[in-house]
Amino acid sequence: MDTGFALRNCWLIPALPFFSFIVVGLFVRPISKKASGIVATLSVVASMVLACLLAWEYYGRYPAGAEHPTLVPWSFEWLRYQPGLSVMAGVLVDPISVLLMVVVTTVSALVHIYSIGYMHGDEGYGRYFTFMNLFTFSMLGLVVAPNILQMYVFWELVGVSSFLLIGFYYRRPSAVAASKKAFVVTRFADLGFFIGILILGYHGYATFGQLGPLAAPAAAEAGATSLQPFDFLYLTNPEVLKGLAQLNVTFLGIGLLTVAMILTYMGAAGKSAMFPLHIWLPDAMEGPTPVSALIHAATMVVAGVYLVARLFPVFAASGTALLVVACVGAFTSLFAAIVGITQNDIKRVLAFSTLSQIGYMMLALGVASMSHPLGYTASMFHLFTHAFFKALLFLGAGAVIHAVHSNEIWDMGGLRRKMPVTHATFLVATLAIAGIWPLSGFFSKDEILASALESRHYGIFAAALGVAGLTAFYMFRIYFVTFWGPHRSDHASHAHEAPAVMTLPLVALAVLSAVAGFVPMSQYVSIGHHGEHGGVNLAIAIPATLMALAGIGLAAFFYVGDTQRAAQAASSLGVVYRAVKNKLYVDEVYLFVTHNIIFRFISRPIAWFDRHVVDGGVNLAAWIACTLGAILRHLQTGQVQTYSLYCVAGALLTALILWAARM
Amino acid sequence: MIDFLARHNPGVSHWLVLSAVLFSIGLYGLLTRRNAVGILMAVELMLNSAALNFVVFNRFVMPASVDGQIMAIFVIAVAAAEVVVGMAIFVALFRCRATIDVNRMNTMRD
Repeated sequence: MDTGFALRNCWLIPALPFFSFIVVGLFVRPISKKASGIVATLSVVASMVLACLLAWEYYGRYPAGAEHPTLVPWSFEWLRYQPGLSVMAGVLVDPISVLLMVVVTTVSALVHIYSIGYMHGDEGYGRYFTFMNLFTFSMLGLVVAPNILQMYVFWELVGVSSFLLIGFYYRRPSAVAASKKAFVVTRFADLGFFIGILILGYHGYATFGQLGPLAAPAAAEAGATSLQPFDFLYLTNPEVLKGLAQLNVTFLGIGLLTVAMILTYMGAAGKSAMFPLHIWLPDAMEGPTPVSALIHAATMVVAGVYLVARLFPVFAASGTALLVVACVGAFTSLFAAIVGITQNDIKRVLAFSTLSQIGYMMLALGVASMSHPLGYTASMFHLFTHAFFKALLFLGAGAVIHAVHSNEIWDMGGLRRKMPVTHATFLVATLAIAGIWPLSGFFSKDEILASALESRHYGIFAAALGVAGLTAFYMFRIYFVTFWGPHRSDHASHAHEAPAVMTLPLVALAVLSAVAGFVPMSQYVSIGHHGEHGGVNLAIAIPATLMALAGIGLAAFFYVGDTQRAAQAASSLGVVYRAVKNKLYVDEVYLFVTHNIIFRFISRPIAWFDRHVVDGGVNLAAWIACTLGAILRHLQTGQVQTYSLYCVAGALLTALILWAARM
Repeated sequence: MIDFLARHNPGVSHWLVLSAVLFSIGLYGLLTRRNAVGILMAVELMLNSAALNFVVFNRFVMPASVDGQIMAIFVIAVAAAEVVVGMAIFVALFRCRATIDVNRMNTMRD
């Protein structure tokens, strides 16, 4: 067989969760709760098997270290503007999409299994699994998109799934508010994204005419007859990029390509919660913990990173845009790490940790370039490892929250004796995120730092190094407070280990977090200039490990044993501490701007106009009809004499007219 | 006086005008009288003006035959029968409504 089974049927990978979504949502959910959980989980597990098979086949044909082409094994014509110009929909297979498919399906499958135990007894059990399947389908559709329009459609779908899942406990007003916030913020960001898409599409189309339809490379496998302006293969083609970069169009003095890429990055920043569009992610913790594990740690929030990676050649063609990516990533990383130190809700700390790590991924992409693409590989590597240990952290946090019935770390304590498996796996994940050898986080962080240093972005390198230390500090803070020390509440002293259906995924993720670092990622995922071998760079590994150990040591100093030192340190920093604890008042600023400026000066007049002029117009039409009716009503008296009067008058009038006409 | 009458003999048009005037008075009464019996009287007037028309045309078009006058007698008989029916209705109505004011026969709201 020329093409393997998985390559021919790669459309099944997103389709299986989709069919499961329909079947579970419509048919299984009303019948049996347990069955809906099982059907949903099985479909995602099947997808995972297929994705792994796909990775096996793809890298079997194009081994590590060799050229990795982009294939589009399955596609169909979705929108047609004219013969020869259309938008396709389908599945694109290339190193990063294969990587993401494996990651998304694996983490999703493990989270589904975990949820069977975690959501047990919840009245929305069936609804939960329906939405989780919808999310998995949307994320996979996003990852395999061969063109930017399909990616946008699934981008929005992912946002919808996230909205549905954050607001899962819809009876809680805080959950409803959080889901609205998430959706509105990401939707606002998508406005920029869409404008970017339109600019790229329009000028791409203009160049399309000039260059002639570009033949698809490796035509036999690409499937499409020729490349279309929205296709990624088209947009990342060097000739097209040269054409776009040379366009003499500027907006506010900035070149067109830069404007388009910055707008596109706005969308990525919203979805990946970069500053200042990060505000929705901490609030998104209102959803069930497995949702946070899957969506807001491992998969959806990396959609922005994936978009930048997909369009990396286009970003690289406009140097300014890449610098923006790097700076925003670095700033968010630092900001989130600082705020994360002060939070007491375990899920909130993990949320800020996610923000910080995604900042790492963004900055790695930002410091790379087509000739020095180590950052690209590093970013994808970190995405890979982060998905595992962050999902593990959240699932472990879920087990702990479930045991002590509270999210606050100060209600926990001493849990390492009560919940040994959770403790061990959580420790593995915490060491991984801190970047301790030989766990996966060490390798991916090392590569990121190496790429920053190599491309001579020293400021960003310093920031990233600082963040590494801070990460170790705040992660071990929650580790020590939760698992060591005395039982700080009644529930903590009566805590018991989670059931096997919940601990097995934890163990699986712990194993993955431990070994994922040994994958030689640069052999598999790279772009542009080949031959960059990212090994372990001791000159960077040693300072990074020292920072991590310093962070761990400081956390131990403050939080093991007597925690009064921590409280004293906090009070001695006074105002600064309080400001950081309140997330630097960014939410308050947003509220101020929206309520006092946008609502007062824009929304209220528009609402007035709508209520009085638009509705008033309709009301006026109705009023005219009513009044006319009221007046004409008096013609109908119900008396025969009146009607005969009208009869006679009419007859007279007719006679008069006829007589006058004859005259 | 007789000379005056002999010199100004009324022709067809004079008689028809009279008949028309009578009809109009009857029509007016039909449309405006409140009392049901009054309306019947107005109808009588209209019928009689029609009868007068018949007789006039008989005298001026074909005086030899008496068709018009026969028709007039028919009209009177029919009018009488119709009045009987009408009065019977009014009596029944009066028993129901205690009034024969046609303005009060309206069952429509306000």
